[in-house]
Amino acid sequence: MSSTSAATASERSAWDGGASPMGASYGKLMMWFFLLSDAFTFSALLITYGLVRSAHGVYEGTVDAFKFSQEYWPIPEKVFEAIPFFHGLEAPLVFVGIMTFILIMSSVTMVLAVEAGHRMDRVAVEKWMLWTIVGGIAFLGCQAWEWSHFIHGSGVGASLTHNEYGPPDFADFFFFITGFHGFHVFSGVCFNFLIYYNTVTGVYQRRGHYEMVEKVGLYWHFVDLVWVFVFTFFYLV
Amino acid sequence: MAHAEEIEVQVIPADKAKIKKLWMTALILLIITIVEFAVAFGVPHEYKDARVWIFIIMTIVKAAYIVGEFMHLRYESKVLLWSILIPTLFIIWMLTAFIYEGMAISTVR
Repeated sequence: MSSTSAATASERSAWDGGASPMGASYGKLMMWFFLLSDAFTFSALLITYGLVRSAHGVYEGTVDAFKFSQEYWPIPEKVFEAIPFFHGLEAPLVFVGIMTFILIMSSVTMVLAVEAGHRMDRVAVEKWMLWTIVGGIAFLGCQAWEWSHFIHGSGVGASLTHNEYGPPDFADFFFFITGFHGFHVFSGVCFNFLIYYNTVTGVYQRRGHYEMVEKVGLYWHFVDLVWVFVFTFFYLV
Repeated sequence: MAHAEEIEVQVIPADKAKIKKLWMTALILLIITIVEFAVAFGVPHEYKDARVWIFIIMTIVKAAYIVGEFMHLRYESKVLLWSILIPTLFIIWMLTAFIYEGMAISTVR
């Protein structure tokens, strides 16, 4: 964006560090490289899930006849089939679908906040940041419910050492992957709140640009991006 | 915060086409997710390889929309774009090596 690079370009000469070689400010560039390193962390978690899964036995029968067993890896849609307030109803992956919807919507509201920031429209930034925070909290609430349901199960439930749905490794990966992602969402909500607070108190208005909204926006979209991969490799495959 | 010291800032009017494009991106993401659900329950589990490849391709398309449009990477300078994309090749290598290793473990058992 020309409007953001103009806001951060300094008066110094190019030889004195005045130029931005990648057309992005230092902060934005560092956010990108942080996200790249974070992508490696999440890849390591998801790929290790793949390794351990392919090292376990595969269920050979039909989906309808599927029973939980320690002998083979469970079919995810048989594990995650509950939704709140409808006890006993089999709705495979519906709740995860709702969570995905919430996260995509909060990504749109975030990008609209960034867009409003480019136009110096403080009221619109406030509105869209607030919606993004609401989306983040809703997602965390859903995740809390899903964890609670997974842990209690139908009596035996799951922990780091035992698991009624299959091998204990399956439960371990569920806790680590969705937990690590959930912690990212939680920190994202905290950052978003900070940005919202600074917008309301006029910090960015006085600074003359809303680039912080853009940087935290990158982080928030990354959280959505990771969820897309978690959704595929943990719940669908 | 006293309102008297606030700086008067001119708000630039919204570009309707740009905002529409953002909502369109979200719509595309939602449609792909719905198609993923259709494949998850429409294509039988017997076609495991086909299912997995469809899911992987759709995930990459979704990732491309999020990174390209929402994170704005498509419109950044080419140096920035490639310095983010090229290192992700390591992920592909890690994926190949680890899955190969995992299958080797399962045959040893």
